[in-house]
Amino acid sequence: MTLLQNFRLFLDGMNWPDWAAYLVAGLVGIIVVLAFVLVLVIVFIWFERRLLGRFQIRLGPNRLGPEGIFQPLATAAKILMKEDIVPAKADKIIHWLAPVIVFVPVLLIFAVVPISQGAILSDLNVGIVYVVAVSAVSAIGIYSAGWASNNKYALIAAFRTVAQMVSYEFPLVLAIIGVVLMAGSLSMTEIVESQTIPYIILQPLGFVIFFLCTIAEMNRSPFDLLEADSEIVAGYHIEYSGMKFAMFYLGEYGHALAYACIVTTLFLSGWKGPFLPPILWFIIKVFLVFGTIVWMRATLPRLRVDQLMGFAWKGLLPMAIINLFIVAAEVLWLPEINLWILVVVNIAAAGILVLLWSRLFTLGGGRVEV
Amino acid sequence: MALQTEPFILNVGPQHPSTHGVFRMKVTLDGEVVVDVEPVIGYLHRGIEKMGENRTYTQIIPLTDRLDYLASLTNNLAYVLAVEKLAGIKIPERAEYLRIIMAESMRISSHLMAVGFFLNDLGAMMTPVLYMWREREKLLDLFEMVCGQRLTYNYMRIGGVSHDIPEEFLPAMKKFVTEMPGFLDEYDQLIASNEIVLVRTKGVGVLPKETAIDIGASGPVLRASGVKWDTRKADPYSIYDRFDFDIPIGAAGDNYDRYWVRMQEMRQSLRILEQAMAQLPKGEVIADVPQLLRPPVGEAYGHIEAPKGELGFYLVSDNSIAPYRFHIHPPTLINLTALKDMVVGWKIADLIVTFGSIDVVLGEIDR
Amino acid sequence: MKFERYGIGIAKGMALTFKHLFRPPITVQYPEQKLSVSRRIRGNELVWYLDRCTGCATCARACPQGNIEIVTHVGSENNYVVDKFEVDCGRCMFCGLCVEACPYNALAMGRGYERSQYRRSDVILSKEQLQLSDVRQPSGYARPLIEAGLPKQNLLVNWNLKEGGQKLNWLGLSKKRGRGV
Repeated sequence: MTLLQNFRLFLDGMNWPDWAAYLVAGLVGIIVVLAFVLVLVIVFIWFERRLLGRFQIRLGPNRLGPEGIFQPLATAAKILMKEDIVPAKADKIIHWLAPVIVFVPVLLIFAVVPISQGAILSDLNVGIVYVVAVSAVSAIGIYSAGWASNNKYALIAAFRTVAQMVSYEFPLVLAIIGVVLMAGSLSMTEIVESQTIPYIILQPLGFVIFFLCTIAEMNRSPFDLLEADSEIVAGYHIEYSGMKFAMFYLGEYGHALAYACIVTTLFLSGWKGPFLPPILWFIIKVFLVFGTIVWMRATLPRLRVDQLMGFAWKGLLPMAIINLFIVAAEVLWLPEINLWILVVVNIAAAGILVLLWSRLFTLGGGRVEV
Repeated sequence: MALQTEPFILNVGPQHPSTHGVFRMKVTLDGEVVVDVEPVIGYLHRGIEKMGENRTYTQIIPLTDRLDYLASLTNNLAYVLAVEKLAGIKIPERAEYLRIIMAESMRISSHLMAVGFFLNDLGAMMTPVLYMWREREKLLDLFEMVCGQRLTYNYMRIGGVSHDIPEEFLPAMKKFVTEMPGFLDEYDQLIASNEIVLVRTKGVGVLPKETAIDIGASGPVLRASGVKWDTRKADPYSIYDRFDFDIPIGAAGDNYDRYWVRMQEMRQSLRILEQAMAQLPKGEVIADVPQLLRPPVGEAYGHIEAPKGELGFYLVSDNSIAPYRFHIHPPTLINLTALKDMVVGWKIADLIVTFGSIDVVLGEIDR
Repeated sequence: MKFERYGIGIAKGMALTFKHLFRPPITVQYPEQKLSVSRRIRGNELVWYLDRCTGCATCARACPQGNIEIVTHVGSENNYVVDKFEVDCGRCMFCGLCVEACPYNALAMGRGYERSQYRRSDVILSKEQLQLSDVRQPSGYARPLIEAGLPKQNLLVNWNLKEGGQKLNWLGLSKKRGRGV
């Protein structure tokens, strides 16, 4: 029973009419989730800027408010005050609609993220499939933003979007299926409950594949070709300013938060942990995942688009399929075995596969390709 | 049924985060593949060659600072070498050693900046830039201690240098020279074995040896293509024949080799610095030159190995206080003519990276 | 050139970045903290000594740009009396050639570098504004006597405080927030 269902029963017990209890419980849940998301997105923006500064041996923003915590609010206020410019020959309806299509699916993902024990907005029994389906809608938004801007730089970004987003969906889904097989259910709360040992240890290869695919879906370094600052000068949001740009900006950090929550739920055993209250464990794990993402951004240069696709199709996808076979074999034929033996077997398999793939293929740097 | 495509022209315009200065390229793209590149220059033209005809020989020295503004001391050095060749002036020993110390530190500073921004073009989000600038800041402090400025030094004079070094310069420089190889190893750890850098730069933007010699390239661009030519060894100026250093040569002439040659050149510069500081004699720092110099009628070409290539100054004098003709041979303009050969057939991301590896400074190209 | 495989090169790079989390940041928070300048800095100003100047205009002839304007008249003791000594500090590139040229040490570079004004005409400085004063101190560029009296610069290459290096704060919580001191 989730907390919301308990709350609704409580309201029914107080003799409220049925529709009122449903409506009020739903609204309370939505407001709590939205508050959680928006506050954490703002904290993420601050956290990333400070952490990136520390990696680069400088301070991040530290002027507004103690240690700069009001900086994201100042950024938001500045963006709101800017003039909203639409290019003359742009497709006005799609230009207006694109930020909405990018931002709304991010909020929809949070409906099935278990923040604490029983604290979930709606306990769908196909939770993870819902997440995959909804998050793929943002790709349409980015592509239409690129097309509708009537700008060649944005068009190049739009080409790359379609390629990148579609290529990285496959290994993502296959890695998720590995987790689902071991957990035995598609529902997010079930997946968290079934993790006596976190799946990061049980399926290291699955974790690595999933992590790299989420970074690619989020358009962050080293896969941030869509907004490659040094080549195509801000990519798909080159012609956006004002509140529409704020939607893209918030959408990017919202995506980061959403995928960090999904990684935590699937592989790091969600809210489980000793001593501290569960919600605190969840937030700590989400920040750890996000810190790793920022760490990768600070260090690595970006890939070229054909190398990116080669990496997905020739590298991650076969490894994901083989990983799926191994996990399926273990679940089918060794269901009662001690889990630690499986840990050792899986880590060995991951090591062998990574070594094998590094030897077998190169990412094509020496040919002239047309 | 073949899909019909048509190439389009993209304007990588004068305002762009990655063209190092105001530089414009008209790129014809077929999807992502570059078909044609046409550079357009002239956005930073200030008429320095014409201004030189109206100023005395000493007054031109601050003008030469502003050519390649990231390596001003070597510009000054090339110019005063040309004037001294024209007028037949001999300079004291201590001045020669001081010039070498300053020129080699300038080479380290310029290469740090070049490599840092090369990595920024690759996408590494300013992290290598900031690490390398930390070392460059130490060098800029040392320069400020000697000649008072951090960017446009105006340090060399006709007949020597303008000031002697203060007493705290040598211990600080020795400390820098001992610490620097450790930092260079750190940069190698960050970059040289990083798979993504290797995959993006190896084999990309190849400049074959014959093409490099044909177009007259010089500097690290030429040496990365496998040609063993360095003005410091081929036509030694100043007292470079007294020092013991190697010339790093690349094998394939691609972007990675240009980056590697610059890193090795920094190590060789540190070697020269150690030797120069050990051999520094005492004495005056400037020869006895009249304030308004009137060289005899004639012409001279003074060239040095600047960090970007062979920088040359051509002076024609008609026995007055100002030169009759003052012409500058910029290395990066000649290197830039190879851009089209290097880039056609690769993708637009490679265009930016290849352009960054040539290491242009627009002040020199447009003068 | 040592090539790595299997993702180890990336891991080494990330280990280096992680190590940098534990080095103190090198930001100097201007305007509350300022880096010390050298004794010979050619700052954004000129300092003129009224009593030493004889109006010979050697500095005006040495300037590459022609920034210095001098108007004199012949005085009672058969000397030049300077009526007008104007320097266009907007066009000046602070190269120091005028300072080196002056035979009477009447001109020196300044130590300040925060001399911006709101209007271009305010930057053309007249002889009253150029004189030595509390806010306009000379630097030791080409003036060895002044240089000997100035404090030595704190160098960045001596990071260590004990050797006289710059003092850099961990996390830099700025005590005095606000614009300028």
